[in-house]
Amino acid sequence: MTENIIEVRDLVKHYPVTRGIVFKKTTGHVKAVDGVSFDLKAGETLGVVGESGCGKSTLARVLMNLERPTSGQVLYKGQDISKLSGGALRRLRRQIQLVMQDPYTSLNPRMTVGDLIGEPFEIHPEVAPRGSRRTKVKELLDLVGLNPEHINRYPHQFSGGQRQRIGIARALALRPEVIVCDEPVSALDVSIQAQVMNLLEKLQAEFGLSYVFIAHDLSVVRHLSDRVAVMYLGKMVEVGTEDEIYERPTHPYTQALLSAVPVPDPTLRDNKAIIRLTGDVPSPISPPSGCRFRTRCWKAQDLCAQEVPLLQIRPGSDHPSACHFAERREIVPAHEVA
Amino acid sequence: MSDILVSEQSAPGADGSGRPSGRLLEVDDLRVEFRTRDGVAKVINGVTYHVDAGETLAVLGESGSGKSVTAQTIMGILDTPPGFVTGGQVRFHGKDMLKMSAEQRRRIRGEGIAMIFQDSLSALNPVFTVGFQIAEQFRVRRGMSRSDAKKRAIEMLDQVKIPNAKGRFSNYPHQFSGGMRQRAMIAMSLALDPEVLIADEPTTALDVTVQAQIMDLLGELQRERQMGMILITHDLGVVADVADRIAVMYAGRIVEEANVYDLYAKPAHPYTLGLLNSIPRLDEKGQELRTIKGLPPNLMNIPSGCPFNPRCPMAQPVCREKLPPLLQIGSGRASACHFAEELVNRD
Repeated sequence: MTENIIEVRDLVKHYPVTRGIVFKKTTGHVKAVDGVSFDLKAGETLGVVGESGCGKSTLARVLMNLERPTSGQVLYKGQDISKLSGGALRRLRRQIQLVMQDPYTSLNPRMTVGDLIGEPFEIHPEVAPRGSRRTKVKELLDLVGLNPEHINRYPHQFSGGQRQRIGIARALALRPEVIVCDEPVSALDVSIQAQVMNLLEKLQAEFGLSYVFIAHDLSVVRHLSDRVAVMYLGKMVEVGTEDEIYERPTHPYTQALLSAVPVPDPTLRDNKAIIRLTGDVPSPISPPSGCRFRTRCWKAQDLCAQEVPLLQIRPGSDHPSACHFAERREIVPAHEVA
Repeated sequence: MSDILVSEQSAPGADGSGRPSGRLLEVDDLRVEFRTRDGVAKVINGVTYHVDAGETLAVLGESGSGKSVTAQTIMGILDTPPGFVTGGQVRFHGKDMLKMSAEQRRRIRGEGIAMIFQDSLSALNPVFTVGFQIAEQFRVRRGMSRSDAKKRAIEMLDQVKIPNAKGRFSNYPHQFSGGMRQRAMIAMSLALDPEVLIADEPTTALDVTVQAQIMDLLGELQRERQMGMILITHDLGVVADVADRIAVMYAGRIVEEANVYDLYAKPAHPYTLGLLNSIPRLDEKGQELRTIKGLPPNLMNIPSGCPFNPRCPMAQPVCREKLPPLLQIGSGRASACHFAEELVNRD
C-alpha cells in the first residue's frame, strides 16, 4: 500500500458572522467545512467536486495552511501543519503548492514572467542559488510549454491558457510533492482547457506529484482523478475511486449531480433521466439538521432529519457514502446505448 | 429537452435554401470591426444565420469568436465606438433593422427580440427591486397602471417558477440566489412575449443542478410560446441537449452549420472535430485528450487563407492561400473547409 502523504482528520472551518462595527458581536457561523476526513496518497489525484458554496475552496485554503482550521487536523507526513511555525512552516510550504483558478488576477501585472516564476526562489534560496535562477526559470517555462525567450514579458502579453501555464510553472518551481489545484481550468476555453489538463497529467507522470484537484466540472474531474470526493454544504457525502463514484454512486446527491451533467451527444437526449433537484443549496450558516441534503432529497425520511448519516461503507456498496438509504441506481443509461 | 415536434418542423428549413422569405430573424453577411488605439480588430467577418419560430439555433464558439458581438449587433446594443458595423444586414420579418431609426428598433426590443445575459447580477439593476424592473415594462410599453403591472409581474415570476412570487416581488437582486436571478431575468425578457429570445451563455455561471433547471424552464417556455431561440454558448454538452441546429463560429466567421445530430456524428470542419475531441466526457474514462494545438488568432491580424489553418491538422498549401467560403455540403449542412467532403466521408 502506498503511503498517505496528506491525512485530513475531522477538519472543521467556521467563519464567524459578525454584527456591528465598534462593538462586534458574533451572531452565527458560516460552516464552510464541517467535519471532513480523507487521505491523499503519494502520486495520486484526488478530485473534489461540489457546487458553489460546498466548501471546496475553503478546503484548499486550509490544506495550504492559509487558514487555520477551527478544529481537526491536516497531517502532512504525520505532522500537523497548523501547529508548525517559522522554519518548519517554510519547509512545509515548499512541499505543498497551489494553482489558482483565475489566471487573470492571480499574477501580479507589474512583474515579468521571470520575476513571477522566480519569486519562490527568493523565499527558498536553497532550491536555486542566485546565479542559476534565470536558467531555472527558463527550464520551467520550457517544461510547461511556453517559449523560454518570453521570460521578460508581462502577464498581459499572454492568453488565458498561457497564464495558467505560468501559474503552474510557479507552483512547480520549488519541486513540491503536492499541488492543490483550485478550479485550474474552469476559466479557460474548451480547446485550451484540454491542453492544460494534458500538461497537468504529463507533469504528474514526470515528477510523481500528488494532486488535490478541486473543480465543479464533473467531466474534468473524472478525466484527471484516481479517486473522487463529493462535497455538499461543508461535508463529504461520498468518496470512492473514479469508477465507484461515476459508475456506481450510492448517494442521492452524487446521483443527481451526475445526471444533470449534459453529455455531448444529441442521440442520448431523449433517453437520459435527469434527476431534478428542486430549490437551492441551504445557507451554510444554519444548515438543515441531520442530513444536510434532506431538504432537496427525494428519499428523505424522518430519520434523515434526526440523525447525521456517517460517511461509511454501507451494505450493497463498495465505498463510503453518507446516506441512510444509500443504494445504487442507474443514472447514466448512456452506457447501455453507446 | 427540446421536443421532437420542434426539430421536425425545423428540419426542412435547415438547409438554408427552402423558404427564402418568411424567416423570423436573419443575419446576412454581417461585418463588425472594433477600432481601437492599437488597431482595427475584425471581430465579425461575414456571419450569416437565421432562426425560425419554435426552433433553437445554437451558436457555438470560444471566447473571441464573435458570437456575443453578433448578438449585441442584433439587439442594437453594440458599443459604438469602438464597435462599428461595416456591412451586412440583420433582418427581422424581412426588414433590415440596421437601417431603422432608434425608435423603431426600441419597439422591436423586448416585444420582437429579447435577450438574457450570462451574468445576471450585473444585468439587473441593483437599486431597484426585481419586481419593479419587470413591472416597468408593462407600465412603459403597455401603458398599464401600477397595480395591474405589479399583478402581471407577479404572474411572470410565477411562470418562471420562483417560489412565493408575491413575496419575492419586492426583493432586490442581491437577495436572490444565482439561479433565481437567472429566472428573474428570464421573466423580464419574456414579459413582452418576444418572438425571438437570444440567450447569451444563460447557464455558464450556474451549477450543474441549477443549469438543468434553467435549461428545462427555457425549453418549456419556448415550446409554449413557439419562440425562436438563439442559444449562445461554448458548452458542447448543453448544445447537444437542446439545439435543433448549430452554427460553429471561429474568428468571426461561421465555419460549420448543421443540424445537431449530423454535427456531433460527423463534423464537417476540422475545428468542430477538434472541439469535440478536446472535451473530457462524463460517460467515458479519459485517455489523453486530443487537443487543438496553438491559440485562437489575434483578430487584428487574422491569418491569410483559412483563419484556422495554423492550428489545423489537415492544413494544405491551399488553406494558406484561399479563404474557404461557407458552402453547402450534402443535405442541410454547410462547412467552410476546403476538405469538408473528405472529412465527412472518411470513417
